[in-house]
Amino acid sequence: MDTFQLIILLLDATLRTSTPLILAALAGMFSERSGTINLALEGMMLGGAFSAAAVAFYVGSPWVGLLAAIATTIGLSLLHGFACITHKGNQVVSGMAINILMSGLTALVGIALFAQGGKTPALDKASRFQPITFPGAEAFADAPVLGPIYSELLSGHNILVYVAFVAVPAAWWVMYRTRFGLRLRAVGENPGAVDTAGIGVVAMRYRAVICSGVLVGMSGAYLSTAQGASFLQDMTAGKGYIALAAMVFGKWRPFPALAACLLFGFLDAAATRLQGVVLPGIGEVPVQLVQALPYILTVILLAGFIGRAIPPKALGRAYVKER
Amino acid sequence: MSKTVELPRWIDVGALPLLNLLLALVVSGLVVLAIGENPVEVVEILLYGAFGYEEAWGYTLYYTTNFIFTGLAFAIAFHCGLFNIGAEGQAYVGGLGVTLAALYLDFLPFPIMLVVAMLAAMIFGAAWAYIPAYLQARRGSHVVITTIMFNFIASSLMVYLLVNVLRPEGSMTPESEQIAEHLRLPFIHDIAAALGIKMASSPLNLSFVYAIVISVMVWLFIWHTRWGYAIRTVGANAVAATYAGIEPGRFIIIAMMISGALSSFMALNEVMGVQHRLLIDFTAGYGFVGIAVALMGRNHPFGIFLAALLFGMLYQGGAELSFEIPTISNDMVVVIQGLVILFTGAMEHMFRPRVTKIYTAWRLRQDAGEAA
Repeated sequence: MDTFQLIILLLDATLRTSTPLILAALAGMFSERSGTINLALEGMMLGGAFSAAAVAFYVGSPWVGLLAAIATTIGLSLLHGFACITHKGNQVVSGMAINILMSGLTALVGIALFAQGGKTPALDKASRFQPITFPGAEAFADAPVLGPIYSELLSGHNILVYVAFVAVPAAWWVMYRTRFGLRLRAVGENPGAVDTAGIGVVAMRYRAVICSGVLVGMSGAYLSTAQGASFLQDMTAGKGYIALAAMVFGKWRPFPALAACLLFGFLDAAATRLQGVVLPGIGEVPVQLVQALPYILTVILLAGFIGRAIPPKALGRAYVKER
Repeated sequence: MSKTVELPRWIDVGALPLLNLLLALVVSGLVVLAIGENPVEVVEILLYGAFGYEEAWGYTLYYTTNFIFTGLAFAIAFHCGLFNIGAEGQAYVGGLGVTLAALYLDFLPFPIMLVVAMLAAMIFGAAWAYIPAYLQARRGSHVVITTIMFNFIASSLMVYLLVNVLRPEGSMTPESEQIAEHLRLPFIHDIAAALGIKMASSPLNLSFVYAIVISVMVWLFIWHTRWGYAIRTVGANAVAATYAGIEPGRFIIIAMMISGALSSFMALNEVMGVQHRLLIDFTAGYGFVGIAVALMGRNHPFGIFLAALLFGMLYQGGAELSFEIPTISNDMVVVIQGLVILFTGAMEHMFRPRVTKIYTAWRLRQDAGEAA
């Protein structure tokens, strides 16, 4: 296999591994830009993945599964909001609670429904998101350079991959070019001023966490009904936290977050291919190091060594209206 | 605004947390109902599994030991206003310290090794907590995110070490060599046997006693020492602390390092007491349970002991449960854990306004009665 083909394959895998990260990172961004810390991405993703796989299995349609996933994650977002926005509970604690709760609940319900040790039954072709082949992809496949790029790299992914990449400019537009986005960012920076302007802080923050729920629901459905073919216990395996790291790495902005997701997705794709590979001059690459790199890079960024990541000013603080 | 009366202490630290805990347990019961089992039967099996026979007690207290350490670890950071989500990673790395000491200094006699292993656990755990602490104190990076990242980094690091360095030659399983027999913590049933008392064998070992001693020491430290006072002051109001001549950054680092050291003591129980070798993921989520334990115990060592006992009971009873009712796995315990954190931690203020209102109305009526 020549190098070019290897690169194409690696980038192709990168698109697949970064898709759930992109959706979840955008989800985190909506929540956090409005002032609500969202550590619950991991648990919500897990809940979404489970609902999608279970419902798709019963109904036989990935779309209904996707709707179920989104309904689940919106429900969890509202729970998070109820604890943090309405009752001014601690946002970190609420996020951790949802993560732990979902880790147990998905397995428990999975066993009760399917008795397969926490898995859902394997989904057939009709109940999964199938790859979409672009027009002329096969005809162009043999063209030099552009052929493989078009037919292998760009074509042949499932719909959620394309949705994730469209979601980034869409999120940017909502965040920076609409009144809703302006208000959302404002409640995350200075809720008092927004309140004075006659806009409800609580309602605004609820809307933000609902947006967050919709996006993270899609990332969960992607794991179990597009990338995989069933739900597996704890299948998110820290992806929610990586997405959170990517969001922080992207300084709470859509396009930089996309770049971080692609980087982390690339590291993930590379780690699987570097297993046992001896690189000239370096020796065997410790796969664990590659796997830990997203976390190490995020810590270095947070330490202020690669630019500065400044969170929204009111992040983590419930809004108390003065009396 | 209408007049309110401050809640008395027994409602504030007693009745309100109990009300929240009760709600968490009621919701857990509803979950059991929803998956088609009988909650009453589940509670019966849980209690029997945790306390019904002599061996069960030992297992319950063995789990309790882990939760006391991780609960205290979370609490001490919390008193300084910090969320240390990294107990899992700190205990994992602490386990490395214990293992290295026991494997490479195996010529030491047991009493000296006991001290050395404790120090090794403390140093490794505290060191792992130091980096996030330093970054929080000096560079303003949020400790919640960095400790989460450090859990994952610890996990990768330990897998690397276990697979490539610590694994004995010829072995396929990624775990360290067994530690020498004379360096293991004695089991309580062995100690009892030596004293002529017959006890059922269980993993309960000397580290339980150590956990109690440490609890008392933490209580003394937080409420009866200068450093403890400084830590609480920083936690209550960092700006005020600065005016009082306490440098917040310094005590953020101190509190986090003590927190890391406390969580790493869990490794004494697991590595030196029960497993006798370093296993992949031996921390098994105990670090996260510590969050629930500390929140439920209101960050007070005595409350933490009670909460740790409750979770020890849930873990041991949960094992029995998955044995008796196949549709209910150990995951039920994880669900309860999540609900407890949700209701006693995140939604702790849910009942407060209502209870305050009722109590105020009652007090005002009483006062009016006395006046008349």
